[in-house]
Amino acid sequence: MALLEIENLVVEFQTATGPFRAVDGVSMKVHEKEVLAIVGESGSGKSVSMLAAMGLLPWTAKVTADKLTFNGRDLLGMAPAERKKIIGKDISMIFQEPVASLNPCFTVGFQIEEVLRIHLGLDKAQRRKRAIELFEAVGIPDPGERLGHYPHQMSGGQCQRVMIAIAIACNPKLLIADEPTTALDVTIQKQILDLLMRLQAEHGMGLIMITHNMGVVAETADRVVVQYKGRKMEEADVLSLFESPKSNYTRALLAALPDNATGDRLPTISELFVDEQSLQGAAR
Amino acid sequence: MTVVLEARNLVRDYHIPGGLMKKAKTVHALKGVSFSVEEGKTLAIVGESGCGKSTLGRILTLIDPATSGDLLIDGNKVDITKGDLTPEMRRKVQIVFQNPYGSLNPRQKIGDILTEPLIINTKTPADERRERAMAMLKKVGLDEKHYNRYPHMFSGGQRQRIAIARALMLNPKLLVLDEPVSALDLSVQAQVLNLLADLQDEFQLTYVFISHDLSVVRYIADEVMVMYFGEAVEYGSRDEVFADPKHSYTKTLFAATPRADVASIKARLAKKQAA
Repeated sequence: MALLEIENLVVEFQTATGPFRAVDGVSMKVHEKEVLAIVGESGSGKSVSMLAAMGLLPWTAKVTADKLTFNGRDLLGMAPAERKKIIGKDISMIFQEPVASLNPCFTVGFQIEEVLRIHLGLDKAQRRKRAIELFEAVGIPDPGERLGHYPHQMSGGQCQRVMIAIAIACNPKLLIADEPTTALDVTIQKQILDLLMRLQAEHGMGLIMITHNMGVVAETADRVVVQYKGRKMEEADVLSLFESPKSNYTRALLAALPDNATGDRLPTISELFVDEQSLQGAAR
Repeated sequence: MTVVLEARNLVRDYHIPGGLMKKAKTVHALKGVSFSVEEGKTLAIVGESGCGKSTLGRILTLIDPATSGDLLIDGNKVDITKGDLTPEMRRKVQIVFQNPYGSLNPRQKIGDILTEPLIINTKTPADERRERAMAMLKKVGLDEKHYNRYPHMFSGGQRQRIAIARALMLNPKLLVLDEPVSALDLSVQAQVLNLLADLQDEFQLTYVFISHDLSVVRYIADEVMVMYFGEAVEYGSRDEVFADPKHSYTKTLFAATPRADVASIKARLAKKQAA
């Protein structure tokens, strides 16, 4: 059975100029112990579809789906209180800006212990012990002292490690990483990706990696979903995606990588990929 | 070939004054960096955050003075602490910043953004300023109708084009590009890189391209300098540096860059199978 199943997910935002469809009929499945990468440019709806699954979108968003289940349980019809028990415990998420996603007013120790208190109900001594374990697991040196530090006292890479520690605190079944390394240096990116892959293998988590970086996809994913303007363009296992991409959009995306440049000019996506959706719009 | 930019042993220290509880501290942001760039060429400066590449960018654009060392632009020694910063000098060097959402004034129309450098640095009359801004808009792939619009009406790639246009208004010789494409999507990144290549050919521009993305550097640079904790640990032609990195940090950097080719995916999957 798939861990997370999404069928025909549609997310619309009410705007002054009428409803805007950010996600338009996306379906995907994530199995246990699988790394799924969702690739796309900004505005492709890759983050929004995951936020919809987590139930983290603002009230202006209208979420509909034929099916949205986690471990066989329907997430959409679930009471908010029930859902809250799953979110942060069985499904957790890490975000792009590590420094901004931690609360600057509290120590990192408080923030990690908060999760342990709410979801697992551990007492004070157990919480501290577990927090130290988690910090050790994500490779933060001197964890005992670090727990008393505030986010501003740590570097971006360290903050992302704290975020990961918080996300894996309750041994989630599914971890959603939304551009986890975009704000980081390449050498730190490598460390964080290695850490995520190691934790994924150790805990047998399902991992959804949202990214726009084809290199990150190539280094981490088992299966890949390519999104463009809220639609799924292609789904394939990682090797066939890079070897023989089926959709024109994926082909254009791969050709625009500076790595693959031949000659003096980079092919741009607009040259290679004619956007049928906008063409249809223009014809109307 | 003429050398447009030369740096000899540039050093920059920042003094952090002490307080009641703290001792005064000196941060050595740059520890003696030397290089030269010929006209029409691109020097890429690579390194991670905190390695001093932006400090170097500030010195090259004459925003910050160097603590010691010589900076030669077009063969003339420039020291802005001694009042060498003439309007002519100012015109020769321009900068394009990383984030086009932050580098354009949201309350200025595009036309005003583009003509402002001319107002400040030259005595160009108003109608000529307008004409030149219009021409520059077309040059960077925008349209005359964009002249009266505000920055928020443009996408990230278009804004970066505007920022490039503004930098070129004074016909500079040297353009410092501080991570100009790292905030952009892949498809837009390709367009902006192509635009930069076209403009370099047309105006014989010299670029100092600050970046941490090695695939972009490999594509655009003639020469590469790798910085680490304020020092240039590797400096040479692009092919030399990429084919045979000497310093251990450069090797680490190359190893850390994710590779998007079929061979490395196969290798990774095979390793995973074995584990």
